[in-house]
Amino acid sequence: MDFISVLSIFVMACFVGYYVVWSVTPALHTPLMAVTNAISSVVIVGALIAAAAQGSPVARWLGLGAVVLASINIFGGFAVTERMLAMYKKKDRK
Amino acid sequence: MSFVGPLETTPSMAQVMPAELGVNPWAALAYLIAGVLFILALRGLSSPATSRRGNRFGMAGMLIAVVTTLITHEIAGLPEIIGAIAIGGIIGFVTARRIRMTAMPQLVAAFHSLVGLAAVLVGVAAYFNPEAFGILDGSGLDILAQSRIEMGLGVAIGAITFSGSVIAFAKLNGNMSGSPILLPGRHIINLGVLALIVVLVVLFHWDTPALFWAIVVLSFAIGFLLIIPIGGADMPVVVSMLNSYSGWAAAAMGFTLHNTAMIITGALVGSSGAILSYIMCKAMNRSFLSVIAGGFGADPGAGAGGGAAKVDRPWKRGSAEDAAFLMKEAETVIIIPGYGMAVAQAQHVLRAMADLLKKHGVNVKYAIHPVAGRMPGHMNVLLAEANVPYDEVFELDDINGEFAQADVAFIIGANDVVNPAAKTDKSSPIYGMPVFDVEKAKTIFFIKRSMGGQGYAGVDNDVFYMDQTMMLLADAKKMVEDINKALAD
Repeated sequence: MDFISVLSIFVMACFVGYYVVWSVTPALHTPLMAVTNAISSVVIVGALIAAAAQGSPVARWLGLGAVVLASINIFGGFAVTERMLAMYKKKDRK
Repeated sequence: MSFVGPLETTPSMAQVMPAELGVNPWAALAYLIAGVLFILALRGLSSPATSRRGNRFGMAGMLIAVVTTLITHEIAGLPEIIGAIAIGGIIGFVTARRIRMTAMPQLVAAFHSLVGLAAVLVGVAAYFNPEAFGILDGSGLDILAQSRIEMGLGVAIGAITFSGSVIAFAKLNGNMSGSPILLPGRHIINLGVLALIVVLVVLFHWDTPALFWAIVVLSFAIGFLLIIPIGGADMPVVVSMLNSYSGWAAAAMGFTLHNTAMIITGALVGSSGAILSYIMCKAMNRSFLSVIAGGFGADPGAGAGGGAAKVDRPWKRGSAEDAAFLMKEAETVIIIPGYGMAVAQAQHVLRAMADLLKKHGVNVKYAIHPVAGRMPGHMNVLLAEANVPYDEVFELDDINGEFAQADVAFIIGANDVVNPAAKTDKSSPIYGMPVFDVEKAKTIFFIKRSMGGQGYAGVDNDVFYMDQTMMLLADAKKMVEDINKALAD
């Protein structure tokens, strides 16, 4: 994939992000931050590549360290978002 | 098919991991699907009804990204990797379960710092083992110049995210004073360091290890320097901004790895944080630059209109019984919560109060200002935690017209967001900030710990001294409990 294709995906994704985020209701802005936090831990992909590869032991250990950090974020971020979202309820019908 | 990952374009990679070539288009497709699932995760948040499904999409996307990475790479030691995921997973999960909802801003800041640090570690690992990342040039010895620049950028943004978030965490968590720390000449220093980082990233085009380490060290330093002058009141903007940075760091890493999932996610998170920062700035009528420049709330000259004169102005003190009596008789009560409610952990007793009022036939509504609390949506989460139905909670624009018909405006832990000076006093530091028109309500109850303290902006508030205002001076939770007792009698 050449640079221009990568850049195109990036630019398009920025536009998608712009419209999707404006449609998020302000009441859910805290869960929005928590979930974006969780998904930005997709850097774990890079961490796994470094942790899996042979060659440089330094790179492996750095990778494993990054896997731990990103995992904290992924599990913590999704779990705390789930916990928050479960609290949002509509009025009981009386 | 042109939609193939980076591996096919670099011949050296084909030699290293020949097994991957066959799987590669599928891997690229899987990463794309993960990216789309992340978009759907955010899309779900457009309403509380669809939000949980959205969160599940996010989890599925992450699972796909991780599994795809693991099955398309030769793994030297799977147990270590599983162990690392398990350690991180347990820490994250337990933290997420145990954290108090009022501590959510700190938690989010802490999580941002981890993303930043992880991005730095990945960047450094890629520098040590470029072969594994498929970023070697034709000779198989040097890293591609373009990849070096992308890496430098990713590491720089990651490091700034890390150290900036650590400071934001310390300020929000109370490990560090929330007041701005102003170094002399900080603007010059900060701009100089930022410019230097940019220059170094460009120079990194020519591979020199010293440059790489200089970028890392300077970026850690600038993260600290950028956040220490920013005061507690501006933390909603800072947390959003760091949210944005963590996204851009992921995107830069995605460029290095040519990974669609990372690029899409980075762009999403980057825009999300940027939009939240914009919303917060707008809600305070401040420019993003003035927030970043810092120092707000530190200037003793600000709001000097108050000064000695304000002490002498007459104000009325109310009691819990007064509040209970007047609210019981009211038709409509609008509750305006602020950060003080979070500090006092008063959200549950507040809900109990609303329930008691409803039993007396009172119509209870909640009004939330975009910058109430220490992060976007902070008050909404706390009210949701206390089981307040979200259809009783209103945004500024939706409810502001209703104060004129309201019998009672009940202000608990908020201050600047109800200050009419924002509408009338051009010299006020908060002038132009959209505020609630509480002064139009027939009666105002204002819960505050004492008359001495002021809002974060350090401005006096005319609402204290109005004829229809009764000050309820006490800890917010204690006061609401007393009101509840009086209501129950």
